[in-house]
Amino acid sequence: MLSYILRRIWQMLPTLLGVILLIFFLFKLFGGDPVEIMAGLKASPERLASLRAQLGLDKSVPEQLWVFVQQVFTFNWGKSWTTNESISDIFATRLPATLTIMVPILLLEVVLAIGAGLAVAYVRGSLTDRAIMILTTVALSISFLVYIIVGQYLFGFVLGWFPVQGWSNSLWKNLVTYAPLPVFLAVLVSLAPQTRLYRSFFLDEIGQDYVRTARAKGVSENAILFKHVLRNAMIPILTNVATGLPGVFIGSFLIEVFFSIPGLGREILVAVNRSDYPVIQAATVYLAALTMVINLITDVLYKFVDPRVTLK
Amino acid sequence: MSTDIVQSLPQSPGVWKQAWIRLKTDKVGMVSLYVTLFFIVLVLAAQLGLVARDWQKEVGVPFAAPTLVGKIADGTQNAIVETVVGPNVDISDVDPLAPRYKEWEERSAQFKTTVTVKADTLPFGADQQGRDVFSKVIKGAQVSITVGLTAALFATLIGTILGAIGGYFGGRIGDFLEWVYNVFTAIPYILLVFALAAVLKSGPLASTLGSGVWTVVIILSLVGWTGIYRLVRAEYMKHRSREYVMAAEAIGASNASRMFTHILPNISHVVLVQLSLHVVGFIKAEVILSYLGLGVPIDMVSWGTMLAEAQTELVQGKWWQLATATLFMATFVTAFALLTDALRDALDPKLR
Repeated sequence: MLSYILRRIWQMLPTLLGVILLIFFLFKLFGGDPVEIMAGLKASPERLASLRAQLGLDKSVPEQLWVFVQQVFTFNWGKSWTTNESISDIFATRLPATLTIMVPILLLEVVLAIGAGLAVAYVRGSLTDRAIMILTTVALSISFLVYIIVGQYLFGFVLGWFPVQGWSNSLWKNLVTYAPLPVFLAVLVSLAPQTRLYRSFFLDEIGQDYVRTARAKGVSENAILFKHVLRNAMIPILTNVATGLPGVFIGSFLIEVFFSIPGLGREILVAVNRSDYPVIQAATVYLAALTMVINLITDVLYKFVDPRVTLK
Repeated sequence: MSTDIVQSLPQSPGVWKQAWIRLKTDKVGMVSLYVTLFFIVLVLAAQLGLVARDWQKEVGVPFAAPTLVGKIADGTQNAIVETVVGPNVDISDVDPLAPRYKEWEERSAQFKTTVTVKADTLPFGADQQGRDVFSKVIKGAQVSITVGLTAALFATLIGTILGAIGGYFGGRIGDFLEWVYNVFTAIPYILLVFALAAVLKSGPLASTLGSGVWTVVIILSLVGWTGIYRLVRAEYMKHRSREYVMAAEAIGASNASRMFTHILPNISHVVLVQLSLHVVGFIKAEVILSYLGLGVPIDMVSWGTMLAEAQTELVQGKWWQLATATLFMATFVTAFALLTDALRDALDPKLR
């Protein structure tokens, strides 16, 4: 097991190196001149030169790449180009807000979609099943934007059940007052695709021989579904949750924009609009690293969920 | 001689013909095909300027309601401006401009002023500037569908070529492409989109590309090729050692010819299904990018920019632009998604 994990970490290095190279050269070759972005058009030549030296842009490209690599591993990205806030501070202060809405979303989504998927798989082939499948197809074709726009208008503005937007400093107030509407809407939107997906996972298992055997032995339908089918469908479910996990750290940036939640996703979007490159670069590199780590953890978890899996 | 005999034998239908026969029996598939074709014709007509050419013209009063709803009396349109009527004092003896009034009146009479009658209601209503929502939604369909289709075509092209090379040759170049694939998939989708958007928006390419739709197409195709690459690569690995490919090698077909004239037609159903899956995904992505201001420029209209405008309109109770854009988009996307399902079933009967 340990040797497996070590080997996987070793294999991650080339990919991480590739991500660093990709991001560095993408911004170096195709990005704008940082000095022009920072100083504006009216800056004096002296100021431009001093900025250039300050950012290390007067050095050669390999040297700059080396500095970039150092930044990645020391977490020292300097300051934001536009707000002068240190990049690590930006991450530390924006992440809690993102997690406050994304963790409930992820938990509710998984629990509800598994329930709905099992229910639909149980009545497979019936009229209800087909009606739900058609409904989800139509629900999927409407843009995410429409759900948030209408939901915010209806529940926040017209009915006034929730505040339209806002955020406070207390976690409890956020969870109770400001988070429910965004969480509700996000879960509502993701329920259609997730139910379809989980239904297909369960349908794959429901046709298996062991289900027929269990049924022949007189095991109750509930026990078959929850003990046999659910356990065997854990691997695709786990994979699906793991794919969604890195997204938790970016937050659904659309939700954050709509509900004025000071999270990481909105911060990255603002950085894109202001050409604040270091924020985008840091976010991209670290989230790519995080994705790789999550994939590794998922692969190890397979072993616990399904003892038949051998890690090679 | 022998060719005559072969030709006179009953021919077995080709793969595509068989697929078409199967598709024709699928009612849902055929309906969605007609709906999709209708939209494609609409897009072509808009491209040629046959419909919705003057979508920017202000044909209705601001926020003209849909015909079904009827005219909305909000008091502002028909408000009577009350002026204080007092004795009309003749001040022409002190007014220094008085002698010229007559000349100005004559001059202004030479110009014809036409009063354009603006419609109070339009079939699908009007937006804040009085532009017809129906024309806008057709123009928006043109932009959104074109972006979705073009980006999907490019993504498929990149994915297919790289997948073919990686799967067919394997070895060093295959490993290299796998590394590139791993790097691209390690970065969360949306962050890659943001990074590319940041670079294309402010970098040296911004001036050559303009703020046109090309930026969106480039971003989406650079991000979207990975899934297609993976599938095509797997197919090529499966096919490269099949007998027909060896036979092609034996008769002296070059690598390129084996890859693209022999193997490609045999896996083209995989590519086609992937292509149409990506069209739907990219149209949805374009809508969101345009809403965020990273998509099509302000002077163009797409379903995304319509939804962005609709957000502020909704608070004022003007729901028709939102409803129309959603209706059109949902119809097209549903039809296209169902068509994709039908295509997959028709092209690969074993899947059932």
